[in-house]
Amino acid sequence: MSGTLKVHVGVDLGSTTTKAVVLDTSGEILGRGITNSRSNYALASEIAREEARVSARFALLDRALAADDLLATDADRFRNRLLTLFRQRQHVTQLGRLREVSLAEAHADRVKHIRDGLLGRLRDIFDALERDANAPSIETMLASEKRSSDFFRDRAGSAFSRLAEASGASCSGAGGSSVCGEGKRTHVTFDDLMGIFDKAIIQVENTPIDLTFEGNIRDALDACTHGLPEALRERFRRAVDTVVGRSIEEVRTVGTGYGRQTLPFDRRDVRSEILCHGLGAHRQFPTTRTVLDIGGQDTKAIQVDGSGIVTSFQMNDRCAAGCGRYLGYIADEMSLGVHELGPLAMKSTRRVKISSTCTVFAGAELRDRLSLGDRREDILAGLHRAIILRAMALLARSGGIEETFTFTGGVANNAAAVKALRQLVQENYGERTLNISPGSIYTGALGAALFAQRGEDDEARPGQEVAA
Amino acid sequence: MSDSSDTEKAVAAHAGSGKDDSMEKQKAMTADHFRALTRAREEGKKVVYTFVPGNLTELMHAFDVLPVYPEINALQSAMRQRSAQFIGEAERSGHSEDVCTYVKCDLGMIKNGNIGPTGEKLPPPDLLLLSYTGCFTFMKWFELLRQEYDCPVVMLHTPYQSEGRVTDNMRQYMVDQLRNEVIPAFERLTGKTYDEDRLRECLRKSARAEDDMVAVLESAKHRPSPIDAYFGGVYYIGPMFTAFRGTDAAVDYYSTLRREIDARVAQGLGPITPEGEMGPERYRLVVEGPPNWTSFREFWRMFAEEGAVVVASSYTKVGGVYDLGFRHDPEHPLETLADYCLGCYTNRSLPQRIDLLEQYMNDYSADGLLINSVKSCNSFSAGQLLILRQIEARTGLAGGFIETDLVDPRYFSAANVKNRIESYLQMIDQKRQQRRQSLGGSGGSPPPPGSTPLFSPGAEGQP
Repeated sequence: MSGTLKVHVGVDLGSTTTKAVVLDTSGEILGRGITNSRSNYALASEIAREEARVSARFALLDRALAADDLLATDADRFRNRLLTLFRQRQHVTQLGRLREVSLAEAHADRVKHIRDGLLGRLRDIFDALERDANAPSIETMLASEKRSSDFFRDRAGSAFSRLAEASGASCSGAGGSSVCGEGKRTHVTFDDLMGIFDKAIIQVENTPIDLTFEGNIRDALDACTHGLPEALRERFRRAVDTVVGRSIEEVRTVGTGYGRQTLPFDRRDVRSEILCHGLGAHRQFPTTRTVLDIGGQDTKAIQVDGSGIVTSFQMNDRCAAGCGRYLGYIADEMSLGVHELGPLAMKSTRRVKISSTCTVFAGAELRDRLSLGDRREDILAGLHRAIILRAMALLARSGGIEETFTFTGGVANNAAAVKALRQLVQENYGERTLNISPGSIYTGALGAALFAQRGEDDEARPGQEVAA
Repeated sequence: MSDSSDTEKAVAAHAGSGKDDSMEKQKAMTADHFRALTRAREEGKKVVYTFVPGNLTELMHAFDVLPVYPEINALQSAMRQRSAQFIGEAERSGHSEDVCTYVKCDLGMIKNGNIGPTGEKLPPPDLLLLSYTGCFTFMKWFELLRQEYDCPVVMLHTPYQSEGRVTDNMRQYMVDQLRNEVIPAFERLTGKTYDEDRLRECLRKSARAEDDMVAVLESAKHRPSPIDAYFGGVYYIGPMFTAFRGTDAAVDYYSTLRREIDARVAQGLGPITPEGEMGPERYRLVVEGPPNWTSFREFWRMFAEEGAVVVASSYTKVGGVYDLGFRHDPEHPLETLADYCLGCYTNRSLPQRIDLLEQYMNDYSADGLLINSVKSCNSFSAGQLLILRQIEARTGLAGGFIETDLVDPRYFSAANVKNRIESYLQMIDQKRQQRRQSLGGSGGSPPPPGSTPLFSPGAEGQP
């Protein structure tokens, strides 16, 4: 394995998450990366790309291990453990940055009256977070398949909030001094601590940080091979070094998604997400003719031909009712994570009929239903059906649902949405093959990468021809 | 359609060194008209409110009355960013969010002193001439105005072309209404006797201006098109569709405009946009549906920036489908008015509209049909998806669909509209690329730029 590896990259800058896909010259997916979209779109895009590069390097490592007769015998176990330890390094690096920024924030004037207490509490919390980050339990969590949808912001936020609540917030409203610990003594409240976290996490997310394969892999490798015979360690080291030494050239990157206009790419390298979802879905399931994508801000119904070329599309108008964002608001109202909605809705035994999927009134609709005594799971089942009903209208307008139909976007991972879709497709169109890729969230980025790969020659715009 | 809005100023500014005389003439005509309206009372002139589709402007000139077009007032208010306030006032007084926003904008404008686009107060109507042509809302609209002004209404009912043609009975029915209802109403209003010779003279002038206007609209068959027949087109149709048809001023305006456009053709120039000369023509589109007026300039820019030029549009036919050959005929004055009203775009059946759009796709070598479906207007919007599917099937070309509104800014989402337009244009790119590949890289490219008319139906862009 030597020389430069040429790749094509697709970046899908969505309103909720940013995804990147790296293709090798044969068109195989070499790597995928995802991060939460943030105020700094360019950075979100760069982080997703870096994640995809990391993933691509691990794919190269797989090839290097497979090529070594000895290492190949236990390649999977080694690779998975190395990946976990690599994630741990990334996590610890980000945590260190979060600590620095949080402590700096505690020196701000607005909190000077509680500075000492605040600094003390923050140090305690970060000491605990760092202990946890280096404990074996974090490895289990980081090794989880679902890690990719669990961003540093969320992991750190939930752990920080748990620790802040454990001591600092316990005195608010409590009576006896025996109950109140440090919180009362320093007058630091839970809100003070979360205020610091909120300010710090934004800074951490919006400044570059080294999360690269090259920058973190050696520490992870040392930990991973600790205790092994030196000869074997050296052999693993050589395999990793080959991957680190391999230069990857991104021949072309194409951007797409809701925020594509803000990507730092040339106009020629920006594609509509409608076209990208169509092409991506076609790549995942070549016989697909109809694609439904439910994203954060919009829902798209797309018809494609046998080459993945879009022949017709419809999308929601200015109103984002029934889009992914709507589920986000519902989750917030219920104090749940978005990923928890689907499983809860699947427990429904008596679906509630919901007529409105208005995002603005999502909270009101939910509270109305709860006040009528409906159960959360039944309301959620109704909400999922309402979302899909709206999507069905768009599908009908785009030309209906052809045999071989593909559902893409983040909402395709939601079991309750899929269940409602299957039912409604059956009721309205009869038997149809419904495809959902495990990587459905990457469909747009995959389409963008495929556009990147198509090269410049065959994408000459008609304007250039006219001017020629 | 003709005002002193920023857009118009920008277009005029870019026309360069006083070459664009037509724009100046249109501004002067508009200013004169509104000045006359302001002085109508003191000069003893009668004022008639009426609608654009199927208007009887020549007959009004023959009686020396001054027309006011509430639809035009509404779109002018939107271009001056006043419509949100006016619509809000109408809704507060009880009109639902679902009522046509032209109506609400007009009612709100009346409540705010009925100040016209030139900043002068418009006089109240002495008569409401309800020319009912394909829009049921017109009747309700003038019911509301009658309540507001307590003035007489005369209705001219235009039978819908449900069978896709105009019959002798339909024509006679309209001539009878003109003779027995409308003309007597004008005679009562003005105290004057109907003067058919004067009407014929106006109709003769109409036909002359119509010839020139059709030549201007058909100039878009050239590549590059020297005009944008939708965004620019709404300026070109202004005098013809409103108060000026049948006047010397309109004859002069259209002959001037035609000369200017002929000169652009000769120089191989594309359209002028509010941002200046448009770049290379990349896409040739046919557009169905009215434009959005609240973000008119931004809307136009979304097309122009991508090199998309509208070569034909149905909206510029709401006040007459002249390019199918109709001209006002001074030899048959009342019959020609009847034919004019019957032939307006919104009075045509769905199959006729589909045929017309297909013809535009072919005659203008278009890359696709884009529909702007407006929330307010059922006359336009009902059946548009059917139109889209039919045109796609007949031509094999790309169809696109966007949704906005006429004058309610709440229904214009710039990000959403831009996303759809870009996606649509990229879809056209993909189709072209596919065609190029299927042709083995030859024969799929558009012809080089120049001023050659593309009348051949077998030219690039055809299935």
